[in-house]
Amino acid sequence: MTFARLIAPALAIIAVAGCAQVPSRVDPLEPMNRGLYQVHDVVDTNLIKPIAQAYVDVVPQLVRQGVSNVFNNIDDLFSAVNGLLQGKPDKAGDDLGRVMLNTLFGIGGLFDLATDLGIERGGEDFGQTFAVWGLPSGPYLFVPLVGPTTVRDGTGLLVRIGLGPVGYIPDVPLRNSLYGVGAVDLRAQALGAGELVDTAALDRYLFIRNAYLQRRNYLIHDGKPPRDPEDE
Amino acid sequence: MLRQTRPMRSVAALGLYVAMMFAVARPAWAQEAPDALVKRVSQDVLTTIKADPLIQAGNQARIREVIEAKLLPNFDFMRMTALAMGKNWRTASAEQQQRLAEEFKSLLVRTYSGALNQYRNETIEYKPLRANPGDTDVTVRTAVVKPGGTPVQIDYSMEKKAEGWKCYDVVVGGVSLVTNYRDEFNEQIRNGGIDGLVKTLSERNRGVAAK
Repeated sequence: MTFARLIAPALAIIAVAGCAQVPSRVDPLEPMNRGLYQVHDVVDTNLIKPIAQAYVDVVPQLVRQGVSNVFNNIDDLFSAVNGLLQGKPDKAGDDLGRVMLNTLFGIGGLFDLATDLGIERGGEDFGQTFAVWGLPSGPYLFVPLVGPTTVRDGTGLLVRIGLGPVGYIPDVPLRNSLYGVGAVDLRAQALGAGELVDTAALDRYLFIRNAYLQRRNYLIHDGKPPRDPEDE
Repeated sequence: MLRQTRPMRSVAALGLYVAMMFAVARPAWAQEAPDALVKRVSQDVLTTIKADPLIQAGNQARIREVIEAKLLPNFDFMRMTALAMGKNWRTASAEQQQRLAEEFKSLLVRTYSGALNQYRNETIEYKPLRANPGDTDVTVRTAVVKPGGTPVQIDYSMEKKAEGWKCYDVVVGGVSLVTNYRDEFNEQIRNGGIDGLVKTLSERNRGVAAK
């Protein structure tokens, strides 16, 4: 509900601007989303992507890997929580083991020893947990700066951000810097995928939407999604 | 056969034996198991790319040559295009189907060579094939492992045809490179018919940017 309130103003503005499009089951808000995608694309192309590219060009790979590892280590803890919420104790155990190993012996998560030892990341999040609990995905959404999501996944993301830990850091400049570094780290990791979309897509909005939805469906089913009858 | 004299029978047996030898030796190619095929072709492409100084220097045209020579013969582009088109495939004429398959092939080659260009020191893990001997449609599972990174699952959907196993879909981390196009193809067809889609595809292949 919070999420819907958050995007309601944007919805109102852009729904008006949207032209007639054939509505799809998964994306009833397509006209609005396309508008938001265009906003995102302008900001991303002119600001976010160049920053991420500069980050990759200037900061050595080893340091960038360390930054990713620290954020991943925190996410692994939440993955463990979500693994438990989904009734997957084995996966949760792996994630918890990863966090303990990497925090204690990997200098607070700077090094990812667990992956080197062959313990894979669970990669569970609140959006997947909601799905496993049977909540519907709700309409697809494209949120500028956040990217593709759904009402369900977006709510999961808000829950995740609400739980911190970065949000609980009292020092505001430090908190904002950490949010910034986290965002740049994520965007930098997606640079290669962005190049691929630019080459592959006929319509980047649709390409991203479908890839996102397929990917989420795959993750929700732990890599074994049911086959789409239309593909047979 | 059963009423032949003894020498004739041994000649026949020899003939049969020779025929069997040929049967085993000649279509070893066609009889190659789907997972063995995926492994052989991937390793071949990757070692070629690593060893080729032109490709290491970033020569895209050379990467495409390698893909066309080694990879493409193992794909069924008609089936891939049909899968990407969904219901619209049947509304296309044979000639349109041929052109669509050609253009879609070029698009996938461009995409694939771009992805291979990002390939550095990843290794490929080949998962054991879970299939029955009589199966004619199997999924070969692999994972691309980057040192210190999360592995990316790449699955190949393979169909057994008269000339051997052919790949008709590549699924990267759960995203099918083929069915991912269905909405985009539908949109093009809605706006400009089958010929509109052919036109858009050929424009993309000539380097015109997507919207």
